[in-house]
Amino acid sequence: MSALLKLEGVEASYGPVKALHGVSLEVGNGELVAVLGANGAGKTTTLRAVSGTVRRSGDITFNGSRLRRRPDAAARAGIAHVPEGRGTFSELSVWENLRLGAYTRRGNVKEEAQHVFKYFPRLEERKGQQAGTLSGGEQQMLALGRAMMARPKLVLLDEPSLGLAPMLVQEIFDALDKMRGEDGMSVLVVEQNASLALEHAARAYVLEVGRVVLSGPSDELRADESVRRSYLGY
Amino acid sequence: MLLGVFTWTEFAQQIVSGLRDGAIYGGLALALVIIYRSTRAINFAQGEMATFTTFIAWSLMNHGLSFWTAFPLVLAIAFSGGVAIERLIIRPVENGPVITIVIVTLGLAVLLNGLMSLIWGGGNRPFHGPFSTRTIDVGGVPISVQDIGIVAVSFALVALLALFFRFTKLGLGLRAAALNRQSSELVGVRVGWMLAFGWGLAAVLGAVAGMMVAPVLFLDPNMMQTVLLYAFAAAVLGGLDSPLGAVIGGLLLGVTITLLGRYVGFVGQALKLPTALLLILLVLLVKPNGLFGRVAVRRV
Amino acid sequence: MRLKLGLEVLGLLVLALLIAVMPRLVDNFTAYEMATVGMYFIALLGLSILTGYSGQISLGHGAFMAIGGYTTAILSVDHGVRDLWTIPIAGLVAGVAGLIVGVPALRLSGLYLALITFGIAVSFRQIPIKFDHFFGGTTGKVLGLLKTPFGLSATPEDWIYYLTWGIAFVLLVVAWLFVRGKPGRTLKAIRDSEIAAASSGISIARYKMIAFGMSAFYAGVAGALYAIARAYMNPDVFPIILSVYLVAALALGGIDSFVGLIVGATIIYVLINRADDVTGWINHLPGVSLDSKRPGMPDVIFGAVLILVLITLRTGVGGALRRAFGPLTTRLYSRS
Repeated sequence: MSALLKLEGVEASYGPVKALHGVSLEVGNGELVAVLGANGAGKTTTLRAVSGTVRRSGDITFNGSRLRRRPDAAARAGIAHVPEGRGTFSELSVWENLRLGAYTRRGNVKEEAQHVFKYFPRLEERKGQQAGTLSGGEQQMLALGRAMMARPKLVLLDEPSLGLAPMLVQEIFDALDKMRGEDGMSVLVVEQNASLALEHAARAYVLEVGRVVLSGPSDELRADESVRRSYLGY
Repeated sequence: MLLGVFTWTEFAQQIVSGLRDGAIYGGLALALVIIYRSTRAINFAQGEMATFTTFIAWSLMNHGLSFWTAFPLVLAIAFSGGVAIERLIIRPVENGPVITIVIVTLGLAVLLNGLMSLIWGGGNRPFHGPFSTRTIDVGGVPISVQDIGIVAVSFALVALLALFFRFTKLGLGLRAAALNRQSSELVGVRVGWMLAFGWGLAAVLGAVAGMMVAPVLFLDPNMMQTVLLYAFAAAVLGGLDSPLGAVIGGLLLGVTITLLGRYVGFVGQALKLPTALLLILLVLLVKPNGLFGRVAVRRV
Repeated sequence: MRLKLGLEVLGLLVLALLIAVMPRLVDNFTAYEMATVGMYFIALLGLSILTGYSGQISLGHGAFMAIGGYTTAILSVDHGVRDLWTIPIAGLVAGVAGLIVGVPALRLSGLYLALITFGIAVSFRQIPIKFDHFFGGTTGKVLGLLKTPFGLSATPEDWIYYLTWGIAFVLLVVAWLFVRGKPGRTLKAIRDSEIAAASSGISIARYKMIAFGMSAFYAGVAGALYAIARAYMNPDVFPIILSVYLVAALALGGIDSFVGLIVGATIIYVLINRADDVTGWINHLPGVSLDSKRPGMPDVIFGAVLILVLITLRTGVGGALRRAFGPLTTRLYSRS
């Protein structure tokens, strides 16, 4: 199976501080892959390396071609990044946020939006509202919806469960599963909540201090008690 | 304290005059705000850029073009100039300390001022605007056609810009880039070019302000220096990051300063400028966000 | 540390020697020119304390020079005060004005302070126009011609040279002591981290205001000397652009560098007092023929050089700018 996304020996730095020391991972078509690890392990940085929002070196291949390092290259190639903290434009309306999601596409924005509203009807209700006035869960839906507006092949999700009630988190992951099934989307998700992530992910990578220390199918990782205790925190 | 005799007719004329001045201050203030929102710096060269493009208009008209033929040409030149300035001069220092950007814009101001003296010479010259200087009767009050024209053009421009920002994809991209750079990059907005576009728009606004004010002030390289200060006052009054604030602040400032200058003997014509300065100070001390702004002024 | 101190003292002594000897080596007019450079040097010295050490930007220091110039003009013309004695008074008046500006300045962060001080530069000339009985309006005041006092046997040009550079030397030593001593170290602490300084009980406000007052004092003295040398004073003697030149020269020349300040002062002198000559010099170049009634070239060159220097130095690429303004970045209004 040729991978949709492939990282090989990727290093990344914030100025003089090196955050990734050679990370290699893969995401296949329609897969949901999790990136786990403690705070500061480099999970967010890994996503940033893919979306081109951090200085990095090393090879990243997406959909068969080398991914350029410019921030908008990933977006134009079909990668949507939902950052930590949602990254919604709080001063703009829900509708404008969605429109921005489709920035790189030429199609009819209204049609794309209908697609998104199918998954998240609450967003349609709040179309004209300022994004900053939405609840945490709704903002997460908006962030995900915005990502979907671009009809991406790969979605990068950073800590989707943060600050959300369990029911909402369930809703979101259910939507992700549907999207993978119906639209053939792949997902690379960063999560601190390891057990939650492993429930939905096919495979997972565990990062520690900027390196991959463990990887494998979720079932294996979940089954191994020592792994669970030392790396996954439960 | 009150200067001269008060008549309602003259009062109405003063208000119109104030609105005219205010339209120009507002236009230039809007330019400042657009740049401040995207680049987070104050462009001290905004005035000189406006004067420079006005000189270009003057040259074109000297070569036989009519005002309205030259007008779109000048706007196109101004836009390209603004984009070029951002890409070539501002981009290298964009991510550094704000003071570097400030000094670069000051250097640009000095350069442009010198260039204008060099190319066109230092003295005053008349500028033949598109509006006649005759007056028409509005409800018994003689109002200058030029004043009406200036206000109309300025309003039209602002309205067009508002529509552009609100309803076009590019306008949305510009707003997004100014609001949240990182999120904009993630959706594929080319933030760098958005900034350049913003500078281009600001230059266009400045060019219009310059061409509107030149018939009134006479054209010389230093024409916009005082206007720039009034524009700063308008922008601060309205809130440095609020486009609406810039326009309203400009109109308010124009009318207030004109009335103060005419009716308060102490202020007169001479102290209008220091009054504007004191106003800036007052706003910054009392309500730093201005009337409509959101950005906090950092103090320790 | 010892060695460095020793070198600096040596440097000062060498400077004193140079100052004393120079007029013997050059003609009268050059002595007069050097005196003018010295005046700008004094103003830059003050500004360097303000911007370099207390981290406050002022785009309006030309106004403080004008205050000094007007104080001297009014005192000597209307009240017959001997020009020499007007100098410290001019400094004091300007210094008080600086303290007054320093009060609201405390509450304004970098960009806004730049805005306000720029406004001062632009609107200041309206004051003498408005209060023309006192200030002489646009015509200004004419002082007595520069002459050597006390029956000393020097030429007036040599006299103003020694007066200016003597004062400059004294003020330099004062600044040097200030910077090396407790006030300077305190300001440096404030500059590098206001929060740390505040929490250690230092009265930041007091020191920042003192810096403002001091820099204004220096500018006032420079302005007074200038008016005395030129024997007239009006609203255009210290134009708006001078305030811009002062800050720009500081950025180019560097704050810590004494030589940089002299270079900066010389640049300002050329731009303000010898602009027409620059056009003439450039006309000597082959193929260049500039209309000498169109004196914009020096500004074009200066502006272009300033921009180029700032672009190539950028941030963090060593050099004068980072040394000069680097620690300012934590203090100035930063983008969020």
